[in-house]
Amino acid sequence: MAAKRIGLEVSLAVSEAVMLCDADVVAAYPITPQTHIVEHLSELVADGKLDAAYIPVESEQSAMSSCIGSSAAGARTFTATSSQGLALMNEMLYIAPVLRTPVVMAIANRALSAPINIWNDHSDIMSVRDAGWVALFAENGQESLDLTIMSFRIGEDRRVSLPVSVNIDGFTLSHFIEPILVPTREEVAKYLPPFNPLVKLDIAKPVSIGMLGMPESYTEARKATDDALLASKEVVKECFADFAKQFGREYKVVESYRADDAETILVVMGSIAETAMTAVDEMREKGEKVGLVRLRLWRPFPVEEFKAAIKPAKNLAVIDRHMVMGVPDGPVALEVKSFLYADAARPSVSNYVLGLGGRDVTREDFWHITERAKAPDAAARPRYELVGVME
Amino acid sequence: MRAVETPFEKVTAKTFPKGPDVLAPGHRACQGCGEVLALRLIMKALGTECIAVSATGCMEVCTAPFPQSAWRLPWIHVAFENAAAVASGVECAVETLRRKGRGPDKRIPVIAIAGDGGTADIGIQALSGALERGHEDFIYVCLDNEAYMNTGIQRSSETPFGANTTTSPSGKKSKGQATWKKDMPAIAAAHGVPYVATATPAFHLDLMSKVRRAAAIHGPAYLHVYSSCPTGWRLKPELAVSIGKMAVNSRVFPLYEVLDGRYAVNRRVDKPIPVGDYIKLQGRFRHLKEEDVAFIQARVDQEYERILKLAEAFPAEVEKAS
Repeated sequence: MAAKRIGLEVSLAVSEAVMLCDADVVAAYPITPQTHIVEHLSELVADGKLDAAYIPVESEQSAMSSCIGSSAAGARTFTATSSQGLALMNEMLYIAPVLRTPVVMAIANRALSAPINIWNDHSDIMSVRDAGWVALFAENGQESLDLTIMSFRIGEDRRVSLPVSVNIDGFTLSHFIEPILVPTREEVAKYLPPFNPLVKLDIAKPVSIGMLGMPESYTEARKATDDALLASKEVVKECFADFAKQFGREYKVVESYRADDAETILVVMGSIAETAMTAVDEMREKGEKVGLVRLRLWRPFPVEEFKAAIKPAKNLAVIDRHMVMGVPDGPVALEVKSFLYADAARPSVSNYVLGLGGRDVTREDFWHITERAKAPDAAARPRYELVGVME
Repeated sequence: MRAVETPFEKVTAKTFPKGPDVLAPGHRACQGCGEVLALRLIMKALGTECIAVSATGCMEVCTAPFPQSAWRLPWIHVAFENAAAVASGVECAVETLRRKGRGPDKRIPVIAIAGDGGTADIGIQALSGALERGHEDFIYVCLDNEAYMNTGIQRSSETPFGANTTTSPSGKKSKGQATWKKDMPAIAAAHGVPYVATATPAFHLDLMSKVRRAAAIHGPAYLHVYSSCPTGWRLKPELAVSIGKMAVNSRVFPLYEVLDGRYAVNRRVDKPIPVGDYIKLQGRFRHLKEEDVAFIQARVDQEYERILKLAEAFPAEVEKAS
């Protein structure tokens, strides 16, 4: 392991991770704020540092299509996108998991249009949360690099054979320069075995992939995929544990911060957790019993680990960065509420939507949310509460 | 190497590939399907050492209802509009794995197969991208049956003028399809790819030889294959092959190649049969009046002459089709 942290833009760190993993094929289309990832990958290929085919496709729809073809042919495959790009991939996003093609995709999360907006929120990934991908959320630069490496191992594990997305907040994380430990190729090779899929497009052993699923087989095919995704949680944990053993950096599917004795717990995803932790520290200094729980693994949803993490809480403040139009809760709150429904000792759950389209999320927002989550009517509000919005 | 100089093995009556078909019998295509005939001949010409990518459509549905696959080679289907993009990914993967010593050390052609809708309409962007990028071992085949047959005979941009389809119906104020067929081979050729050709299973050795040439050439190849559809054309199934011969011999569907940007007409039609003879066998044109047929005849002659002039101006050196 390189002993020294180097200052590296997070986007570039992701590209470096893809190089360290010796990816075979990268197919991508440029979109803000994903561009630095693919620019750097093109550079690495052009300089001969990454022996891969870089396919400069003409759209994201073709990017994901090429990735599925490449992965099905047995090549380690990577792409990256954001927002409208992810939306344009939509059809293929639902196909990749069922064809069991372990593509790894970095998503520099960005707001969906309209209005057109290039800044960060989670509306892109949340709009495709049912597609069947393993989905991970990074908090900082080191984690972005580490999760990218781990994603190949998770997805390519024969027990999983599913695509994996690494979600990195656009600009607020992707464009920051952070001190990052970059492992060597040898170290990564020791952690990540070569891609050896169960089936692939091979002239020596022909298979048909993507056949017509009639009413007699469609349900079974969907179930097999869902089974694999649900079961992948254990593989994710195993990959995290092995990573910790080798690299000394420990990751959990659900992270807790000062939550052990917390009466109020903030539930967050992505890079705003760093701001939220600072706010938690400040509130703790004032005697507020507040903590934080962060979902690193979003799909499959780590229900047991999440429930264990929030167990001490009387009040749960679930923070969403996307609106499920026409429904009074954000996507994370909707799911959290449904998981807790059968529990007699469930906490008071309230929902907050903030940081849409790049609106700044501040420490003060978390102070405010903590107060609101303690209010007697918190769980009874008819709708999510917008934080930091103009009235 | 220029496309015209790339050696390849022609298919003749004597060298016709023996052994079982690569596309196994027992598929579920309609009786007299000209498209599945084209597909069978194409795959027979290619053999089993290639990878096939199908777009959603008749050929995908009828050859691969799980768990019965007619494909005796590695085959993948992902969606409707993206066969060219999927094939791009497969081609790059195969080439990279070969370079890195993790795949067979030989050229493996990747063939993308789509219908006219999957090519000229919804798939044209993915196709354009793939042709422009210049994939080395990439063959794209458009099996053109001139409408969306799989969904029930809706018009596409390849539907010929005057044809009755379920979305270009003839009526008091309609002569059926109101537009002329989109010239896909010209669009493909405009990408500057080394090889573009038209073919039909009615001239099966010509079709198969073109497939062989497409596989041999370094760089993208585009084949536009006229494939009759008795169901959609309201044509007697036993005429599926004859109608293809008539399409060529009436100049409706000229057989030609574009090699390195230079043209060769494979079958000159100096004494064409009247377009009316071709049209009258197909119920989709039943409503057309004499003046409509005359209009079509004039346009067909003009289009044919354009190809002929191109071949005169920029001739490629190839033999005539047998």
